[in-house]
Amino acid sequence: MDLLLGAVVLGVLLGCFYAAVSVGLSVSFGLLDVPHVAHPAFLVLASYGVYQLNESYDIDPLLAGLAITPLFFLFGLLAYRVYYETFERRGSDAAVRGIAFFFGIAFIIEVLIILQFGVDQRSVSATYIGKSWRFGEFRIPIRQLVAFAVALALTVLLAVYLSKTFMGRAIRAVAQDEEALRLMGANPVRIKQFAFGIATAVLGIAGALLIIVAPVEPTLDRAYIGRTFCVVVMAGLGSISGTLIAAIILGVAESIVLTLFGASWAPAISFAMLLGVLAVRPQGLLGR
Amino acid sequence: MNKRSHSIAFWAAVAVFLVAVLSMTQIVRNEYPFFAGYVILQFIALAVAWSILGGYAGYVNFGTNAFFGVGVYTAVALFKATGAPLAVQIAAAAVVGMTLGFGVGLLTLRMRGIFFSIATIALAIIIETFVMNWRFVGGAAGIQIQRPPVTAPFDSYVKMLFFVQAVLVVIAVAIARYVQNSRIGRGLQALRDDELAAECTGVPTLKLKLIACMISGALISAAGAPAAMYLQYADPSSAFNLSYSVSALAMALIGGTAHWIGPVLGAILLGSTQQLLAVTISSEVNVLVLGIMLVLFVVGAPKGIIGLLRPRYRLRAGGKQ
Repeated sequence: MDLLLGAVVLGVLLGCFYAAVSVGLSVSFGLLDVPHVAHPAFLVLASYGVYQLNESYDIDPLLAGLAITPLFFLFGLLAYRVYYETFERRGSDAAVRGIAFFFGIAFIIEVLIILQFGVDQRSVSATYIGKSWRFGEFRIPIRQLVAFAVALALTVLLAVYLSKTFMGRAIRAVAQDEEALRLMGANPVRIKQFAFGIATAVLGIAGALLIIVAPVEPTLDRAYIGRTFCVVVMAGLGSISGTLIAAIILGVAESIVLTLFGASWAPAISFAMLLGVLAVRPQGLLGR
Repeated sequence: MNKRSHSIAFWAAVAVFLVAVLSMTQIVRNEYPFFAGYVILQFIALAVAWSILGGYAGYVNFGTNAFFGVGVYTAVALFKATGAPLAVQIAAAAVVGMTLGFGVGLLTLRMRGIFFSIATIALAIIIETFVMNWRFVGGAAGIQIQRPPVTAPFDSYVKMLFFVQAVLVVIAVAIARYVQNSRIGRGLQALRDDELAAECTGVPTLKLKLIACMISGALISAAGAPAAMYLQYADPSSAFNLSYSVSALAMALIGGTAHWIGPVLGAILLGSTQQLLAVTISSEVNVLVLGIMLVLFVVGAPKGIIGLLRPRYRLRAGGKQ
């Protein structure tokens, strides 16, 4: 029983972390309908950026994540511009190629990381990594707690941004009715581009969390395709609060399976849940 | 009459190809060309098989690796349990692949576009996880395979595998060609351009999608079946490697999916470039080249190589233009 309780607690922590890595996809795929299969690859790329800063200048990984955020914002603007010009604007047949485009981008990033950093696992150093708190029987690594706190803050911040600020509301408006926005005299493409930039910028912090929680390797993005899409689809496309709930469900499920059946079954959990959600309730928990 | 002469030309080319492959195995001594050639042939089979679903029907399958791995492990399990000959292994792999294809076809009932693609990745990971936990075929650590003695007229196993894969390529191309020219192909193209409209005009979309998934799945699994014998080894993470998915998809899209010759051209071009790069530079660089080519082609030449060569296909596959 204690074992199970421990698994649930760790699962909740893990879940909030999953929310942080998925919340960008919730905007780019959930709100903007961009088939962003390269999202996890961007995430891993951010982790390597954080690793590089931490390794050569000994910057705290969270600060390093914050530092690369503007860079990722610009990267996101660029990525959306290319996607829009080549696929979205042309419509019809573009969907298939759009998916292939992001799939190709993901592979290019993966290989570039391998060429630059090699296939070995990389990790960062910080004072809070490696220690843990004991509560009687079970221990909670402090790195998990840090990731949990930052992830929760990040997700809530983005949720508030999207619901309270002018630009955030504009982003949600463009997701609801692009044509209406055009009639109001706004430029939907610029709003979407900005939103995609935000979604990518968030990955700077998320990437820092990824490498804080555990060492990263170049092909880690493959596992996160399942996790991030599982969370976003389960949440209901574009729902930020749903993202948090769905991510915690996934985290707890993974943690319990890990405890009861062992690590070799864990990678399949997110994908199995994703398939289940797609088959039973494609509109997600809090679907629009 | 014209159609018939096309057919005669096609089968004559097939006969010439098979005779050439067979005589090559008898004449050439060095084993290396067969080693490299096998991989290229395998990619041709995968790309052609992929395009039946991904190209004609427009359902982007990221799960080529699922079918490939299932093919590999059907062959491995069967060989370990009964010592069945290669032909039986391949046939069994095709049957299992077809069954899996039926399952994937059912997924298309509710999913389109990116959802379908992600679901196929999910399927691959789930199957891989099961195989990893399946002790009989070696689990995550993999399994060594002892090749049986080679049968005449071949003097080495690799040469035989080369010939077998060439036959599989011919089967895949012949089926793709048949599908493309038949009602099935026209129906698939219709549902790719507008599924709702196709359904409304009486195209049996579900049936066609199931057929496309089953054919594509059976061919991919069959192409994967000899891989264990080729490597004399099988392990889940390489049998279910996502690079099979990206290769099949990239080669088909780069070649162009409006005609069966597209994937063949794409696979020959990229497959041989890859073999060359893997030998001269590194295997990472060839994945990089593949990725960059894929992105360049989907952005700059949507109809692939055949679109560049024959503007006619641009109109045929353009749909709404």
